[in-house]
Amino acid sequence: MAEEHALDATSYIQHHLTFLAEPVRESGGFWTLHYDTIVTSLILGVVVFGLLWLVTRKATTGVPSKTQAFVELSVRFVNDQVRSLFHHDYRVVAPIALTVFVWVLFMNAMDFLPVDIMAWIYQNIFHQHEWRGVPTADVNTTFALALSVFGLMIFYSIKNKGLFGWIKELISTPFGIKPLWAAPLLAIFNLLFNTIEYVSKPLSHSLRLYGNMYAGEIIFLLIGLWAATGVAGVIAGSILHLGWSIFHILIVVLQAYIFMMLTVVYISMAHEHH
Amino acid sequence: MNINLTMLMQAVAFFAFILFTAKFIWPPLMRAIETRQKEIADGLAAGEEGRHSLVRAEKQIAEMLVDAKTRASDIVAQGEKLKSEAVEQARTDAKTEAERILAAAKAEIEQEVHRAKESLRAQVSELAVAGAEKILKREVDAKAHADLLSALEKQL
Repeated sequence: MAEEHALDATSYIQHHLTFLAEPVRESGGFWTLHYDTIVTSLILGVVVFGLLWLVTRKATTGVPSKTQAFVELSVRFVNDQVRSLFHHDYRVVAPIALTVFVWVLFMNAMDFLPVDIMAWIYQNIFHQHEWRGVPTADVNTTFALALSVFGLMIFYSIKNKGLFGWIKELISTPFGIKPLWAAPLLAIFNLLFNTIEYVSKPLSHSLRLYGNMYAGEIIFLLIGLWAATGVAGVIAGSILHLGWSIFHILIVVLQAYIFMMLTVVYISMAHEHH
Repeated sequence: MNINLTMLMQAVAFFAFILFTAKFIWPPLMRAIETRQKEIADGLAAGEEGRHSLVRAEKQIAEMLVDAKTRASDIVAQGEKLKSEAVEQARTDAKTEAERILAAAKAEIEQEVHRAKESLRAQVSELAVAGAEKILKREVDAKAHADLLSALEKQL
């Protein structure tokens, strides 16, 4: 923690929730980059997928090593989930699901690192005063993932149904366009329904993950605040911190799992004809 | 909640990771898993096949055992039969031989009797001739009465 800050609750929490934001243009605003989010997620991605790749390169069809067995277990898990949900060529979707699951899982898992110790490390070793370690607690990351999935969803919709078929589906489901005299009215309602559905998908998809991880971070901060009140606070805070961390293991994995499943479901829905 | 350029960067990174996974991680790993699955399935099938052939072999062995037992008892029965036949044969042979020997003995006895008769006959005819000679007190010309004598001899 930074000594030059006054140690009150607001500044403590604000400090922990400030991104390392740098405007890439004079105006700032949209043209800003959160370097902490980008660097952390990229490092995690490169390390994790690099490790997977290393395991894959040494993969044998015979008796697998323990590492390979573990990786295969994860891959089989994702594959089974995808196959149970996705009744088309799952080979396209399964790698996407694996990428989402593994990457999100590890970005979420950054939440396990104790906030204040990490803050000290960022401060004193990397000389970064403001650095947020959990990329999925940044709404940009979750929106990026959800909108990418949204893009894939529309891509597969058009690919499988054709542009015309997709547009037809947008205006003809879920109410249909019969009888003919009511067709314009029904088409408007159908389009409205589908629009809401399409907008709500990436919104709920991204905000669910973001909300969970952000809330988790805040609760860690609140517990940390309590620890600053004295010896009793430290003891109580430590116990609470342990409890919340254990519970957080569930949340981290569950949210990664949910994010993956929704990705598969959305892309699967894009393949289905109504 | 401030949406900014970070989102685009993250999306680009996301697609890069998807491509990497789809190209370098997923296919070889799935290939390894599927090949191993196939090998395990083959192994299990071979094991099953082995068990089946074991069962078959056991059945065959049981059949062969039953067959061998049947044949053994057949052979024993045949042996018994042969033995009794041989005994019967020996008995018959012995009987025949006995009869033959008996017959031969009888024939010999008959021959002896015959021979004795012959010699007796000859003696009787001589005696008769001698008696007649004495009765007639003269010598009978043996030569002259040879026919008569031999006829007499034959009658005896």
